[in-house]
Amino acid sequence: MTGHDEHSAAVRARRLEERLIAAGLASDEEIDEYLTGLYANASPVNGARMAARAWTDADYRDLLLSDGNAAAAELGFDGLSYQLRVIANTPETHNVIVCTLCSCYPVSLLGPSPGWYKSFAYRSRTVREPREVLAEFGLHLPDSVHVSVWDSTSEARYMVLPMRPAGTAGRTADELTALVTRNGLIGTAPV
Amino acid sequence: MSYHAGARVRVRTGDPDHHTRVPRYVRGHTGEVLAVLGRWTLPDDSARGLQPPRVEACYAVRFSASDLWGSGDHTVTVDLWESYLDRA
Repeated sequence: MTGHDEHSAAVRARRLEERLIAAGLASDEEIDEYLTGLYANASPVNGARMAARAWTDADYRDLLLSDGNAAAAELGFDGLSYQLRVIANTPETHNVIVCTLCSCYPVSLLGPSPGWYKSFAYRSRTVREPREVLAEFGLHLPDSVHVSVWDSTSEARYMVLPMRPAGTAGRTADELTALVTRNGLIGTAPV
Repeated sequence: MSYHAGARVRVRTGDPDHHTRVPRYVRGHTGEVLAVLGRWTLPDDSARGLQPPRVEACYAVRFSASDLWGSGDHTVTVDLWESYLDRA
């Protein structure tokens, strides 16, 4: 990690803000206003609703996996500032999202990213030893399940569609939505 | 030059002194194009304020862990712009 600032993401972000303010490119008020807007409707419930809909509607699942932006818009989440790519877990393949260069992530659908997602440890280890990282999250995958890691290095943002848990037949959309976690949508939890 | 899904591509090895979106761990490695994502502004140019910045195809490219690290049975998919790649 030579050459990298080892301070927390919050400290590094504040230093960047101070540089922007010192250079006259932004004010504290403008940064606050931007962040308030960014987070006003950002919640993992948004992504959870999309996953639950995909579990109960095959056409929606097809749309979600082929055109994530259109699928998001259908549930009212339109105008995403990125290309949304949704990757489905299967019995054979488990997917997990990382951003090794920074901390890219579909904030509007998953809510503010967790601190660990921005940590050097998660970012460097997930591409190298994902099974060990997932095991530390309590997700122990059998060797027969292939692990597919997605490094978000472009304007695309990735989201995982977890598998529908067994024993949930007959649940309502709201009940299914409540089963989906933020970590499930990142790939560090089964659902 | 453009690549279709299934094409084998090699990531260029340069280590530019400006912003780039090529993670160091894929430089020089060969992978397979999974999908063409779109045509987007090249971050290397926009970060330097070059006018006009190049607009290029960006690809999702899949690498095997055993190629990248010498061990591991997983795959890593990285999004890479056209000028980061050569045909393998």
